[in-house]
Amino acid sequence: MLDIINYDAFLFLITIFAKILVLVIPLLIIVAFLTYAERKVIAAVQLRKGPNVVGPFGLLQPLADGLKLFSKESIFPTVANKFIFILAPMVAFGLSIAAWAVIPVADGWVISNINVGILYLFAISSLSVYGIIMAGWASNSKYAFMGALRSAAQMVSYEVSIGLVIVTVLVCVGSLNLGKIVYAQQNTWFIFPLFPMFIVFFISALAETNRAPFDLPEDESSLVGGYFTEYSSMLFAMFFLGEYAAMIMMSGMTTILFLGGWLAPFDIALLNKVPGIIWFAGKTSLILFLFLWVRATFPRFRYDQLMRIGWKVFLPLSLLWVVLTSGFLIVFDLLPGNV
Amino acid sequence: MYEIMIKKLYRTFWFAILGELISGMYLTLKYMFKKPVTINYPFEKGPLSPRFRGEHALRRYASGEERCIACKLCEAVCPALAITIESEPRKDGSRRTTRYDIDMTKCIYCGLCEEACPVDAIVQGPNYEFAKETRPELLYDKEKLLENGDRWEAVLSKNLISDKKYR
Repeated sequence: MLDIINYDAFLFLITIFAKILVLVIPLLIIVAFLTYAERKVIAAVQLRKGPNVVGPFGLLQPLADGLKLFSKESIFPTVANKFIFILAPMVAFGLSIAAWAVIPVADGWVISNINVGILYLFAISSLSVYGIIMAGWASNSKYAFMGALRSAAQMVSYEVSIGLVIVTVLVCVGSLNLGKIVYAQQNTWFIFPLFPMFIVFFISALAETNRAPFDLPEDESSLVGGYFTEYSSMLFAMFFLGEYAAMIMMSGMTTILFLGGWLAPFDIALLNKVPGIIWFAGKTSLILFLFLWVRATFPRFRYDQLMRIGWKVFLPLSLLWVVLTSGFLIVFDLLPGNV
Repeated sequence: MYEIMIKKLYRTFWFAILGELISGMYLTLKYMFKKPVTINYPFEKGPLSPRFRGEHALRRYASGEERCIACKLCEAVCPALAITIESEPRKDGSRRTTRYDIDMTKCIYCGLCEEACPVDAIVQGPNYEFAKETRPELLYDKEKLLENGDRWEAVLSKNLISDKKYR
C-alpha cells in the first residue's frame, strides 16, 4: 500500500498540514485573548477593571469561558432544521479561518501564495454571510431570521464599497498578489496617499464583521441575540470565535492593504532587523484596538442610517476615489508596469 | 451674514474630518487612562452611613434585659406587615414579647419600625450580607433578632449616638 503513495506528494501534504497547524493554533489562542482584550479595553473606558479574578490579571478568563461553554448543553429548537443548524456555525467559523490561507504574516510566511490572493480574501469574507443566513433560517425563529436578513443586507451593501477600495489599492499596485501589494508599499504606505479610502475601508470592515456600531445582526436591544438567538454551548462558541477570527482577518487585510504588511515603518537597518511577523502583529493589533475602541465609544446605528451611509456616502465616495486615483495615475503616467 | 457663512464652512469642515467621531474617541481614550472606580467587593467595601437600614436587630439594656416592651407600634406601622408580635405579662409584672417575628422576605427596609420604637429596641443595623439559600432561613424569630442585637451592639449603639441630635 505504502509504495503506491507518491513520497513527494505525501511530504507536501505533511508540510501543508504542519503550516496550517502553526498558523491556526496561535490564531485560535489570539482569538481567545482578543475577547479578553476587548473586555479589558471596554472596562477601562467605563472606569471598570474588567476580568481580574481568574489567573494573574484575569488572563485565564478566556480559558474559563471556553470551559464553561464546553460543559454547557447544546439545545436544539424542535422546529429547527437540525442539519443546517449544526452546519451554520461550522461554516461561519471555518470560513473565517480559511481566509488566513493567503494572508502573508511575514515575508514568504504564507500557506498559499496565490496570484489572486486579494480576490480569494474578498470572496471568503463575502461567503461568511452564508453561515449567518443559514443560522437565521435553520433556527426557525423570528429574531434569528431578522438578524440574518439584516446581516445579509448589511454585508452586501458594505462589500460594494470594500470592493471599490480594494480596486483603488490594486490600481496603485498592479497585482492581486498580497505579497506584491505589501512590496508596493516599501516607499510609502497606502494609508498616506489613500487616507480617505482607509477610513472607508475601516468603517466598512466594522460593518462587514458585524462589529459595533454596526452590530445590527446581533442587536440585543431589538433582536434578543440576533442570528444566534437559538444557539447555545459549543455551537454558540463557534459563532463567537468565528466573529473574532473574522475581525482579526479584516485587521490583517487592512494592514496588508494600507499599513505595509510586515514591512518596518522606516527603511532603517535597525528596524528591518525586527522580524516581519512582529511588525505585522503589531499593526494588526493596532487596528484591532481601533475596533475595540470604536465599540467602546459609539452607540449602535439605526438600520436605515446604516443603509444610507453604505449606499449614499461610501459607495459614491469610493467610486469617486477610484476614478480620481486612476485618472491621476494615467495623467502622470505612474501606472504600475505590466497591468 | 458673513458670520453665518463662516459657521457653515466650519461645520462642513468639522463634518469632513469626522470631527464629532474623533472628539468622541478622544474622550474615551482619555477615560481609558483614568483610575477605575471599581471596588473589589467581597474584599473591599464601600462606606456606609450610620443611618443605613440593613438587617434588623433587637437590642438589650446593659443589664442584659431586653429593651422591647411589646408596645406593638412597629407591628402597627409596618407597611409590609412583616412583623408579628405576641405578648404576655411576665412573672415580675413587666410586659414582654413571647413572640417577635420578622419575615425578611416581606420587609421593604423602610426603617419605620426603628422610627416608631419608643425604646430603641428594634433597629436596622449595618449588616447587608445576610442572603440565605432557603426561604425559611429568612423568617427571623425573636431569638435570632436578639442574637443579631448582641452581635452588632457595638456598632448599633455608636450609630444611634451619632444620629441622636437629628432625631
